[in-house]
Order: sequence, then structure tokens, then C-alpha cells
Amino acid sequence: MAALVPAIHALLVTTTWMPGIKPGMTTERTGCDVEWLNTILQGVLLGGLYAMFAAGLSLIFGVMRLVNIAHGDLIVLAAYVALVTVETLGINPLTSLVIVVPVMAALGYILQRVLLNRTLGDDLLPPLLVTFGLSVIIQNALLQFFTADSRKLNAGDIEIASIQIGGGLAVGVLPLLQFALAVAVIAGLQWLFYRTALGRAFRATSDDQPVAQLMGLNNAHVFALAMALSLAVVALAGVLLAVRANFDPSIGPARLIFGFEAVIIGGLGSLWGTLAGGVIIGVAQAIGAKLDPGWNLLAGHIAFLIVLALRPQGLFPKVQG
Amino acid sequence: MPDHLLEVRALDAHYGDFQALFGISIGVSQGEVVAVIGANGAGKSTLLKCIAGAMPARGDAIVFDRAPIGGLPAHVVVARGIALVPEGRRLFPSLSVEENLLVGGQLGRPGPWTLKRVYDLFPILAERARQPSTSLSGGQQQMVAIGRALMSNPRLLLCDEISLGLAPIVIRDIYARLPAIVAEGISVVIVEQDIVQALKVANHVYCLQEGRVALSGEARAMTREKIAAAYFGV
Amino acid sequence: MSDATSIRVEHSNRASRIGLAIVSGAVIALAAAPWWADRASLRLLSEIYAYVALASLWNLLAGYAGLVSVGQHAYVGLGAYVLFALAMLAGVHPLVAIPIAGFAAAIISVPVALLMFRLRGHYFAIGTWVMAEVFRLSAAQVSALDGGSGTSLPAAVILSIAGTRQMREFVVYWIALALAVAILAAIVMLLRSRYGLALTAIRDNELGARSNGVDVARVKYLVYVAVAFGTAMVGALIFLQKIRISPDTAFSVNDWTAFVIFITVIGGIGRIEGPIIGTLVFFVLRQTLADLGAIYLLILGAVAIVVMLKAPKGLWGLVADRFGWQLFPLERRLVIGGKQPS
Repeated sequence: MAALVPAIHALLVTTTWMPGIKPGMTTERTGCDVEWLNTILQGVLLGGLYAMFAAGLSLIFGVMRLVNIAHGDLIVLAAYVALVTVETLGINPLTSLVIVVPVMAALGYILQRVLLNRTLGDDLLPPLLVTFGLSVIIQNALLQFFTADSRKLNAGDIEIASIQIGGGLAVGVLPLLQFALAVAVIAGLQWLFYRTALGRAFRATSDDQPVAQLMGLNNAHVFALAMALSLAVVALAGVLLAVRANFDPSIGPARLIFGFEAVIIGGLGSLWGTLAGGVIIGVAQAIGAKLDPGWNLLAGHIAFLIVLALRPQGLFPKVQG
Repeated sequence: MPDHLLEVRALDAHYGDFQALFGISIGVSQGEVVAVIGANGAGKSTLLKCIAGAMPARGDAIVFDRAPIGGLPAHVVVARGIALVPEGRRLFPSLSVEENLLVGGQLGRPGPWTLKRVYDLFPILAERARQPSTSLSGGQQQMVAIGRALMSNPRLLLCDEISLGLAPIVIRDIYARLPAIVAEGISVVIVEQDIVQALKVANHVYCLQEGRVALSGEARAMTREKIAAAYFGV
Repeated sequence: MSDATSIRVEHSNRASRIGLAIVSGAVIALAAAPWWADRASLRLLSEIYAYVALASLWNLLAGYAGLVSVGQHAYVGLGAYVLFALAMLAGVHPLVAIPIAGFAAAIISVPVALLMFRLRGHYFAIGTWVMAEVFRLSAAQVSALDGGSGTSLPAAVILSIAGTRQMREFVVYWIALALAVAILAAIVMLLRSRYGLALTAIRDNELGARSNGVDVARVKYLVYVAVAFGTAMVGALIFLQKIRISPDTAFSVNDWTAFVIFITVIGGIGRIEGPIIGTLVFFVLRQTLADLGAIYLLILGAVAIVVMLKAPKGLWGLVADRFGWQLFPLERRLVIGGKQPS
């Protein structure tokens, strides 16, 4: 899929690039309702990114009941891997996915085999502490190598291209592409989980580890594959984040929290629920920001707490925690 | 001693400080059905778990096809050709019937058992293929568990209490399929509480008592008195 | 009553009586530190006390009550902000504001716990972190305390602690020591009480505790609120000493949660001594590797991971189990007629 990205990118840029129109700009009517519609639309698109943060988290929690506190920092790490790739090879950030995705997936496999498999068990402290440790290690290693300066990846013309969708609304091509990718990733994971041998192995291992082992599944390998897959999604999320906004070594934990909120709102084990959760947070943030810029993130968290208070099992729960 | 497919030699097993097996030795020949009987807590299931790799064991305490396999992890043991039907069936609840069978076959060991053959053996499963495994009756679930184990094309099938919690008519129905399984050249070890059923299908019987072999011999030569003595140690 | 029938419970043994003597001696020596230590050492010691207190509180929460929170920085920041608000906006004396900050946090922790206790295990952990984020973002909205950019305590407030700078430093030092000792003593007393038995039962086997009539939910609730109370007081003191506050420093997940958890795990979770040992390791690492910048945090993370995997009972667990050491009188032994049953 990564190989397709440059092609999509080229196509979108040549067909829809409109100079001078920024994403979210309204051109025809400037009515209040259009503005609100636009806000919600931007929130939905942002939600796609959050769903992407969440998908990898949800995947490994579902398969091995591991909450990866370093998840957000791994997203940031992926962004820096993309940065190095882009600067060394002089390629477009979206093209760099061809390198970043396999690198992160390999890292995930190794991390799980060498470290995280040892933490799994009935006690929830070891995985929590070890991934917390990883989080601090990644943050400070990035700080050491790249300093605390804010960075951003430049994806070129595609960043300012937008599409008119009628009614005075315009959407940026990049946010739209990100949303489409998020939907594609979730559909892909859904397919993988329910239609492939690997997905069957994931679900069997999640159900009953000892028996899965008795059926010839090597749990250590199955878990490592799940983590590799999770970090492949992380790689995609990291590159999209780096193109969309500034990043520095310290922003990982906040991404983890958005992702985690999306997982809980959606309901454990439900991938489409995760997308819905991401969209809810994205829209809440967009509405919050429109009311008062300081309310941006707070509104997202409050939406999460409201869902939690009313439906602690999430909106579309599939399995028991 | 004839050349056995499986030989257990002086096997000990422990749960923490508690010793469950004391120097167990048994042999299973090619194409043979061996029954392991004994009271609750005699160590029958522990024995099967050790053979299947679900519990640690001394390397040369378990020899399969002339190779020591004691202490190998379960997934490696399956690949060598030993499959376990676990006690209580333990189907994967979030998988359908067919998916449960496919998980059993995912190692891809060559052999006679395919989805089609399992459905031929248990036709009801073909009808229920798409249903969640949890929606089946106990007997049908046991069929899935046996089919799932067969899908790995084992040379040795270990069955742990397959009659547990099932109605007599269902038990008879399931045991009626055993000859078809043995006919493919598979050796079978069954652990049973139902002694009558076990004696009916087995060539050879071992009776365990408090972690030791208290009695062993040809199934036909067993008498009620001998078994009672071995069962209860009187 | 004859000697043979008297049955009592004894908490101490020889090791713990020696331990108690060591602890008492250490406290007296530390209280005298203003006469033997320089300014920088006093500051360092105060910081150590704060971490001992925070880690001991987290240990009570996670190690005994099984509430693995990764959001305790919520209460550090809350306590600090309450102190700043009271001192700057209401003119409350800063030393009086410290206990008020504790009570305020305890009151706020009641509804927070109601919400958080709906989550279990991992979800509870991250839920507490989200709550801390909510606190941080809310603090950034308080324009009276200069919102996101933060503010400093005005000179008048600082002067009200004591007339001279030296005396101010001494006062803050003693309060830091007193707070840490008080929190440790409270935890020891709690663990020796009826609730302590319940907590130890929960730590060892939650299901078993429940079936033996321990009201697990109630005990957990009380511990959560009590820990919020203590944590907020420590937070208030830390920032009284720092003088400057901002949402990012007051609600720092790394400073007030990650490091606190590392300290507890390195020292030994579920043991009173663990947080003290862990804090010492933390500061030894920090002082020796200070020149390396961020590297020491990287090493700290790595040490925590290695200890968790190789010695899950922590460093204190390693020695205590081998030698039967016990710094605090916590064990219970039945003593029948003056003699311990073997």
C-alpha cells in the first residue's frame, strides 16, 4: 500500500490543486451554519488521525492485553525516522513510508521478542512499568540526538491543495488523504483479523494462550507479529503526524492519550468503534477550539469522560477486558 | 520391549513443591489405543500435559519416534506429531467452528486429515461450520475439539477426559468414531474416568494411583477386582 | 490471667527494633542538617524527602491497594496550584495553605475516584492519566494564575514564611522532612491497623480477601482519597520551594509519576522500605550522571526495566528476603504466653 501513496499523491496534486485556497476556507457563503459544518468536518478528518493512533494500541491490547505506554513515543520515533530518511534521501515524506513502515515493524518484532514477551502475565504492573521505561528512554534518546527543537516534514504542494465539496465547504487534500488512509488501515486490519490465517492466530491466542500453543502456535512469535503490525500502523501515523503538525521529542504521551481515549470510547476489540471514538474526540476538539482556543484539547478529554461516565464499556464493545 | 512410538521413561512431574508424578513409565505402539485410568488427582492429566509439552519434563523422560522430546515447548511437540484434545474441550470462543478446525491445521503437517475428512467423520460440524463454537452442544463441541486436534495430522492423539460432562448416548456416539481415526494409523492415548468405555476401546490399560503406575496390562485381561485394587490401593 | 493463656500479636522482631533505632537516629541527624549541611545539600535533601513521600504514597496505592495509577501527577499539580491560588489570591499564609491543599485534593478526589473506579486494571491506569491531563489543561485556563505560561509567588508571600532567607530555607527544609516522616509514619500505622491487614490481604490475593469479608472497594476508595491528600501536600511544598509554577511543570507526568514509579519498583514495590531505597538510587544516579544531561533519565528507565524483569521485588526485596531485614515493625507474630509458636 505504501508504494501506492506517491501515485495517489501525484494524482491528487495534479487534479485538485487550487492556489490560494487553504483547507477549511469557505469561499461562497460565510453563514454561521457553514462555519459550524466546516468545524465538524475538520474534526471528523482529525478524528481519522486519532483513530490511526488508536488502531495499533487496540490491536495489541486485543491480542495480548498489553497497554503500551510507549505507543505515543513510538509514533514520534517513527516521525523522526521519517525525518532522517527524508533528509538523507531527499524524498517526499509520503514516499518515505516505504522505508519507515518496515523499519518500525522490524523494531516492533524485536522489541516484543526481546523485551515485552517477558512482561506478559497476570500482573499488570510489569508491562506498564516496562513500557513506561521505554517511553522515557525513547523521549530522552530523541532529545539527545535531535534536541528539543520543533520539526515538521514538508510534503510539498499537497499540503495546500484542497477540494471544493459544495455548499461553500472545502477540505484539504492532505487531511482527506489521512482520513482515507485511516479508514483503509482499519478496514485492512478488520479484514486481516477476520479473514486471514494470521488474524485467526491472533484471535485464538487472545482467547486461550496455552491451548493456542498446544495447536502449534508459538505465542512469542504470534505476539511479536502483532507488535510488528502495530508498529507498522504507528509508522503510518507518525509520518502523517509529522506532515500535519510540528513535532518534538516530548509530544508522544499526548498522542497516546488521544489514541487510548479513542479505543475506550469505541469499545474494546471493535476496530470500527475505534474509528468512531477517534472521530468523536476530533469533533469535540474542533468544537472546543471554535468556542475558545484554550478549550481545544480539554473538550476532547471531557467528551471522553462523559462517555466513560455513561458507558464505561465503550460504545461498541466486542470482547471483555 | 517392542519398538514403541512413544515411550515415557521414569517421568517425574511437579506443581511447585507438590510432586504429581513419580517415575511413570508407559509405552504406546504404532496404531495402538492405550487407556490411562485412575481416580481424580491420580496424575492422568498431568501425564498428558507432560507428553504434550504443556508442563516441564526431563528431556529423555519422553521419547517420541526415538527422539527425546521431554520439556520441548508445546508448539514444537505438535509439529513433531503429537496432538492433545484438552480436558474441558477448550475451544476458542471467538472463533467459528471451522476457524477452530483451521487453527488446528495451521501447521500444515501432511497427512490424511483435512477439513473435508473431519466433516466426513462428524457431519454435523459441516452444518455448523459458520457458527460460533460456543453455540454448539457439549457433544458437538467435543467433536470440534477432536477434529481440531486431528487437523494437525498427528501420529499420536492424546484425549483428556472426552466423556466428561456428556450424556452416555453422546459418549457412545463419539467413541464410535474412534476406529475410523485409528484406521489411519494414528496411535491414541485416552485418559478416562469412564472405565467401562475405556476398556472397550483400548488395547492396553495403565491405571495410575497417586502419581504411580499401579497396574498395567492388556485390556482384555483386566478384571473388575484388579482394577478396583489398583484404583483405590486396597 | 495466667501467662499460658495470654495471646497477643507482636509486630516487631530484633531486626525491626534495630531498624527502628536506625530510622529514629537518622531522623534526628537529618533534623539537625541545617547545622551541618550547606544550602545546596539542604535543597537536595528536601527534594529527596519529597520523592520518598511521593513514592511511599504511590507504593501504598499500587503496591498495597492494587490501584496502579499513572496519574498521580494530577494531585501534585493540584496541590501546588491550590497553594499558589490561596497564597496569591486569598492571602492565606503559605504554610497554612499546605494542609488546605491536601484537603482540597482529598475532596476533589472523591468524585474523580467515582469515575475512575468504573475502569479496571489497565483502563484504570490510563484513565487516571487522562484525568491528570484534564487537571493540567484546566490549570492552564486559570487566567488569574497566568494560565499556560505560569507564574511566581510574589515577594510578600515568600517573606511571610520567615524574615531572613536562611530561616526561610530552614523552615521549608524542616517542613519537607516533617511531611515525609509524617507520611511514612501514617503509612506504617495504617498498615499496622485493621485496614493494614485488609490491605495486605488485598495485595497478596484480592479474590481471597474479598471472599474473607474484606470490603475491598471501600478500602481502595479510602486509600485513593488518603493518597490524594498526601500527594497534594507534597506537591504544594515542592512548588513552595520552587517558587515558580506552570501547568507543564506542576503536572509533569515524567517528574511526578514516571520517576516515582521507577523509584518504587527499583527499591521494591509492596514494601515500606522500597521507596526509600529507590529514592537513594535515583539521586545517586542523578548526582553521578548529571553531566550527561538527558542520558541519566535514559539510564534510569533502563535500570527500572531491568529490575522489573530480573528482580521484581526490587533491590530491598533482594536483601530483605536473604537476611530477614525489616526497617519498620510491620510483621505480625502471634505470641502465646510470652513465647512465639515455632
